Amino acid sequence: MKKKIIVVGGGLSGLMATLKICEAGGEVDLFSYCPVKRSHSLCAQGGMNACMDTKGENDSVYEHFDDTVYGGDFLADQNAIKGMCEAAPKLIKMFDRMGVTFTRTPEGLLDLRNFGGQKNKRTLFSGSTTGQQLLYALDEQVRAWEVKGAVKKYEFWEFIKIIKNKENVCRGIVAQSMNSMEIKAFRADTVILATGGPGMVFGRCTASTICNGSAVSAVYQQGAHIGNPEFIQIHPTAIPGSDKNRLMSEACRGEGGRVWVYKDGKPWYFLEEMYPAYGNLVPRDVASRAIYDVCMNQRLGINGENRVYLDLSHIPADYLERKLGGILEIYTEFVGDDPRKVPMQIYPSVHYSMGGIWVDIKHNTNIPGLMASGECDYQYHGANRLGANSLLSAAYSGTVSGPEAMRWAKVGEKGSELTDEELQKAENECRAEYQAILKMDGPENAHQLHHELGDLMNKYVTIERVNKDLDYCFDEVKKILERWNNIGVDDKSDWANQEGMFVRQLRNMIIYALVVTKAARMRDESRGAHYKREFPTRDDERFMKTTIAEFDPATQEPKISYIDFDYSLVKPRARNYAVAKKG
Amino acid sequence: MAETKKKVHFIIERQDGPNSKPYTEEFEVDYRPALNVVAALMEIQKNPVTKDGKKTTAVVWECNCLEKVCGACTMVINGKVQQACSALIDHLEQPVRLAPARTFPVIRDLHIDRTVMFENLKRVQGWVSVDGSWEVHNDAPRQNPKTATTAYEISRCMTCGCCMEACPNVNSGSDFIGPQPLGQVHLFNLHPIGEYNKEERLNAIMDKGGIASCGNSQNCVQACPKEIKLTTYIAKLNRDVNKQALKNLFNK
Repeated sequence: MKKKIIVVGGGLSGLMATLKICEAGGEVDLFSYCPVKRSHSLCAQGGMNACMDTKGENDSVYEHFDDTVYGGDFLADQNAIKGMCEAAPKLIKMFDRMGVTFTRTPEGLLDLRNFGGQKNKRTLFSGSTTGQQLLYALDEQVRAWEVKGAVKKYEFWEFIKIIKNKENVCRGIVAQSMNSMEIKAFRADTVILATGGPGMVFGRCTASTICNGSAVSAVYQQGAHIGNPEFIQIHPTAIPGSDKNRLMSEACRGEGGRVWVYKDGKPWYFLEEMYPAYGNLVPRDVASRAIYDVCMNQRLGINGENRVYLDLSHIPADYLERKLGGILEIYTEFVGDDPRKVPMQIYPSVHYSMGGIWVDIKHNTNIPGLMASGECDYQYHGANRLGANSLLSAAYSGTVSGPEAMRWAKVGEKGSELTDEELQKAENECRAEYQAILKMDGPENAHQLHHELGDLMNKYVTIERVNKDLDYCFDEVKKILERWNNIGVDDKSDWANQEGMFVRQLRNMIIYALVVTKAARMRDESRGAHYKREFPTRDDERFMKTTIAEFDPATQEPKISYIDFDYSLVKPRARNYAVAKKG
Repeated sequence: MAETKKKVHFIIERQDGPNSKPYTEEFEVDYRPALNVVAALMEIQKNPVTKDGKKTTAVVWECNCLEKVCGACTMVINGKVQQACSALIDHLEQPVRLAPARTFPVIRDLHIDRTVMFENLKRVQGWVSVDGSWEVHNDAPRQNPKTATTAYEISRCMTCGCCMEACPNVNSGSDFIGPQPLGQVHLFNLHPIGEYNKEERLNAIMDKGGIASCGNSQNCVQACPKEIKLTTYIAKLNRDVNKQALKNLFNK
């Protein structure tokens, strides 16, 4: 019998894992609530880091490793990072063979650009739509396996929860068709979640509307541990919008873009002044805090609003077109101004979650048989992710989780296969929950409630965090959780009912918001993306530890504890981007 | 007296299921600068009440990225097929009319079933055949940066379906495969490794419903939101297919 692996999520990580499983002779049931080719990985713009050392800078894998550890403020497993950085150049060569349209040098080789928090050119790119190109390459390869019969896609199916056998091992999932609304249980030898980040918990952010973290929250409520949830990356340069904040890639600064505001009537290039060694290419947490400070504390934002300039207008237009065409189109299309001629106006936005489901170095969660891979895991970025390391960690984690899922399927202590009765019971529970949602007839509107949740989280749990505000926010989110019970569902249809599914997702989002807020409240230090004025320095003594959040069914709240992690390779040192890094 | 808020008027074609009869509902949404069609549909979700004050259900549609990269939110807006996320209200005449792209089966309201396009990619072998994702200790071939630029242009195709909707020859009465997979054939044939399977791809579009069914109406190139020069590539492909057909004849 062939081994059956369920992969939930068809972004870069899920597809990479799927490929590896197929190559190892396994079969994959691939679940996604959109056609996998429309997954959020395609929003990654700037590139993917890998030490290729083709620009005469003596770049090394060690330097990539050290930049990542240092950039993450020493909170990520160093052996995991080492594995990722070593694999990076090989992954690039794989993508090149698969036909990714990387941007090339005049002699036809892969070009490299600068990115934040790194002094060497190390970022491979495909114009400014790198994620799209990488995702498509894997989508195509997986389609080839689909034709061969090794992959069965369940697109427009939503994951609801995992099913454990009597030995408490994960042996399947329940999912729901988003069209027929059928709820069905599926057996598997191993389950991999590759469901991406929780951006929608913050409402407006750079994420796609599908990035709601609902699946992560669901398995957390079934006992999976969450690692470092308080570390939420705020990207310094996004176009603020009322429906979403649209990302303006770090590649703008990588290609020479400058950030400034007027001060005393003259342009003030504040990043260049504050951080002479890295200038505009400081890591994202540092840049976002500087912009926040300039706007909120110094009140120097454009016309007194929360905006600063991101300026490319000094760079030749044909160069910009070749390197950044795709995102300049986005700016022109949605704002109406031409960034080739006038400086763009941008502000920081919630962008990425460094935290996620806790996994070991092979991507196993604390629930046997359940794995997590990609942005939904917590593994590679510590307290702050470097730009262009997310496409890398997404792809790399799939090369680890895929083979490990097959290993577990073959030799893991899986216990008994799910019986028909167990499958039936799981289906029935999910059906009952869903039917109860359709019957809800209170006065609250789910989308309005979601809007309020996003406002709260954006206001209190982003760039600067204050303990008494976090306490307030936590209480308010709990009230929203209460109000969830008073939602009214207008759409009672048994066909393509988006409202019913959104109500279920929303509850999971609210539960996850509590996790982020509580973990932020408990960490009394400043590290990477987590900053408290009350505790402005890093406290390695108390907090050089992984936060673990565990669900308490009695209170619906997280229990927070801390565990040690592997930092055996480089000794922690203070992080200071005003001067060149000492390794 | 408070100034009355500027409103945006929508007329939306709705349909409860694949076999139900379409009907229209009208909505009013508060105007705000930079408002786009997706953002307006989101406002309707928050308060699903028609212009006449009748309580209804939220409109069903598909969207993900809201940056015109994922291709999900394709619909017909004021008669023109396009992505709803980048359709700014400021650029649209009112009332704004929304309808599903009916070249594809309608699932519900504006939500359509574009499975056919992904199936097309299977038919034309829309991938580069690699031995595996493992290391082969060999670099992929260099590429002429100019060819790579052309390939990049085509590889931005987001399978959104605008070209299919705009093409008069793609419809339920025809078996024409459509412009989208043809562009992809050219893309994979441009790649130095992908080229090894050029023959199979050309043969796949030589069959019934293949490139010969293109009526050269030039609609696709105008509808493509990524400005992919579809007609140019289809013309090139046509020459390749003719050459291949001759080869096939002599090799019989």
